Amino acid sequence: MDTQLDLWEVFVQSKSGQPFKHAGSVHASDKQMALQNARDVYTRRGETSGLWVVRAVDIVAADLEDSEMLFDPSNEKIYRHPTFYEVPEGAKNI
Amino acid sequence: MPVDLFTEKIDQNKSIEPRDPMPDDYRYHLIRQISQHAHSEVIGMQPEGNWITRAPSLRSKMILLAKIQDEGGHGLYLYSAAETLGISREEMIEQLQTGKARYSNIFNYPALTWADIGAIGWLVDGAAIVNQVMLQRTSYGPYARAMVRICKEESFHQRQGYEIMAKMAAGTPEQHEMAQDALNRWWAPALMMFGPPDAESLHSKKAFQWKIKRESNDALRQKFIDKTVQQTEVIGLKIPDPGLRFNEETGHYETSPLNWDEFYRVINGNGPCNRQRIEHHKKVHAEGQWVREAAAAYAEKLRTGVLEQ
Ligand SMILES: [Fe+2]
Ligand SMILES: [Fe+2]
Repeated sequence: MDTQLDLWEVFVQSKSGQPFKHAGSVHASDKQMALQNARDVYTRRGETSGLWVVRAVDIVAADLEDSEMLFDPSNEKIYRHPTFYEVPEGAKNI
Repeated sequence: MPVDLFTEKIDQNKSIEPRDPMPDDYRYHLIRQISQHAHSEVIGMQPEGNWITRAPSLRSKMILLAKIQDEGGHGLYLYSAAETLGISREEMIEQLQTGKARYSNIFNYPALTWADIGAIGWLVDGAAIVNQVMLQRTSYGPYARAMVRICKEESFHQRQGYEIMAKMAAGTPEQHEMAQDALNRWWAPALMMFGPPDAESLHSKKAFQWKIKRESNDALRQKFIDKTVQQTEVIGLKIPDPGLRFNEETGHYETSPLNWDEFYRVINGNGPCNRQRIEHHKKVHAEGQWVREAAAAYAEKLRTGVLEQ
């Protein structure tokens, strides 16, 4: 039996305070090995302050066919933007 | 209907993502191209790995190790991009080992002297960079993103090779001779890395339509020639082509036709190292079998609660 082990997705935070970004994937049998491999493969240049790995099978993704419904820009809800509101003349710092 | 969505995205220069609808041909074309690219990164570690224990200084040894480690990483980025198209790592490895999938022909040539390590970094990585810079804008998202990452790492590869060549070219007459000899042997194979001339290129037409490829083989080759001729002059070496001349009108260098019969002879299995490269890959892969099995057994114990992490 040959095995290339499970697939894990890797997320890297490049600087403290920044969001984690998907970097790619690695193969590993368990959490510890997944982190180790992710470190070796995706953070060799030291531009990293955080690292996540998650089993690829555990990721739930939205269906592209539903994207119109899911990602509708809601352009009619203009009251979601600050420019919608009238600010009385002379009011400052708002 | 779904394929229309694909065409629409391609027309609008939007990237295609793994779950998007795509024509089967697009998927197969990419699997072939990305896996071939991944195999090239991995097989390319062999000619260089051969010199780690013989590097002439501790500095050059550390550099070479880091460079080769990067190439292994490039292979992994690319395998992971190919996997998003539905092919497994096992299948790709099998295709490589059975000869069904290819890797860049350049790695079927041996690295004979230390100057070859210079020539490989300067010319082989240099040619790869020209191609990979274009691929940063390829239409398949995971492939394009892997390229961005790879291009960032490549610039050090080319510079370390050029530094070796420059030092040897400026060294003793013997060292200069070794540098020139390495350039003589690697020049034509490096130019052939861009693939056959546009007129004979089999896979190009669709690759352009799908925006996988954005510049032609000949256009990329020309870019590489124009850069490299100047770099060669700076370090006092000679391009091994009596037909080389600068065309004032076009502003480009012209070179003699390449020997494509030699290219096809080598790519079809008759190069100096084809057999050795695959045999070595199989051997190392088999030697790692017990590690994968042990890791899988350990994971199973964690899963069933026999062990805790
Ligand atoms: Fe590379
Ligand atoms: Fe490289």
